[in-house]
Amino acid sequence: MRSGVIAKKLGMTRLFLADGKQVPVTVLQLDSLQVVAQRTADKDGYTAVQLGAGVAKAKRTTAAQRGHFAKANVAPKRKIAEFRVSPDCLIEVGAEITADHYLEGQYVDVAGTSIGKGFAGAMKRHNFGGLRASHGVSVSHRSHGSTGQCQDPGKVFKGKKMAGHMGAVRVTTQNLQVVRTDADRGLIMIKGAVPGSKGGWVTIKDAVKKPEAKDAPRPAAIRTAAAPAAEVAAEGGEA
Amino acid sequence: MNLIAQLEAEQIAALGKTIPDFKAGDTIRVGYKVTEGSRSRVQAYEGVCIGRKGGLTLGASFTVRKISFGEGVERVFPLYSTNIDSIEVVRRGKVRRAKLYYLRARRGKSARIAEVTNYKEKAE
Repeated sequence: MRSGVIAKKLGMTRLFLADGKQVPVTVLQLDSLQVVAQRTADKDGYTAVQLGAGVAKAKRTTAAQRGHFAKANVAPKRKIAEFRVSPDCLIEVGAEITADHYLEGQYVDVAGTSIGKGFAGAMKRHNFGGLRASHGVSVSHRSHGSTGQCQDPGKVFKGKKMAGHMGAVRVTTQNLQVVRTDADRGLIMIKGAVPGSKGGWVTIKDAVKKPEAKDAPRPAAIRTAAAPAAEVAAEGGEA
Repeated sequence: MNLIAQLEAEQIAALGKTIPDFKAGDTIRVGYKVTEGSRSRVQAYEGVCIGRKGGLTLGASFTVRKISFGEGVERVFPLYSTNIDSIEVVRRGKVRRAKLYYLRARRGKSARIAEVTNYKEKAE
């Protein structure tokens, strides 16, 4: 199991491909994504890598956080996330992961915090149909209908879909396709929409419901001194 | 310039399309690539451009209206589509609107557009 990555959502655009197709893509950026810590079976009982992304001001990070980053010898990070990996896919602390971690054409799962919608009615929140526009309906055209039965059971069942707070929860969108990667600028372009607002943080992982990408870099695509050589390998994996 | 705008500008440059100077009211001929099975050919679609949107951005499009076998047909083309082989201006029209949606309600004589005879090409 390979590590995932933390990325920042920049926004959406489209790509015109040579075969005449146009593809809507979400542009995600890897911003100085480094391994901050390792979790090992001996010490922690499981194996994982802790990644950090973005740049945080040193004076705005807590002393404890500063110590944690200093131990890994990395600059303070804005966003931290842990990814479970198999023991053979552990990555060295301080290594920087690049965008060619994913192959073009590969499927991924993207998780992020959806845009908050506030207190939303039943129509918007649960796709209810609402009431009729005419035939005696007054004031309550967008309301939900009945919420239950009669004296028996004499209560509204728990979990009844009603109006309430919507959005601003963690959402995972599965089986999105990677259309293009740009290791120089750290960009990953994914077909379709991704949860969250522009500037929000998302995590990308290999799709759990698709077969594993065989020629994807293992344990990860890591920035080295001779970085450009790795990019050629990424071009070959188009599905 | 933010990165999205930069990416779009790069893509426009990479596509290397020359967009002729045309606007609503002009009669244009669009060469559109059609793929049938394995072979592809260029199909011409000629009609009045009844509106453009999006300026010269990557997401820009234009609408072409024509009367085909007595039935009004409108097609929206993405301006930078790789399926567009060519755009040719056949006739310059004189109109006072940016969007000629009023043509949809008209037929025949009243749907004509006067020609501009002394059109000045926009300096590139």
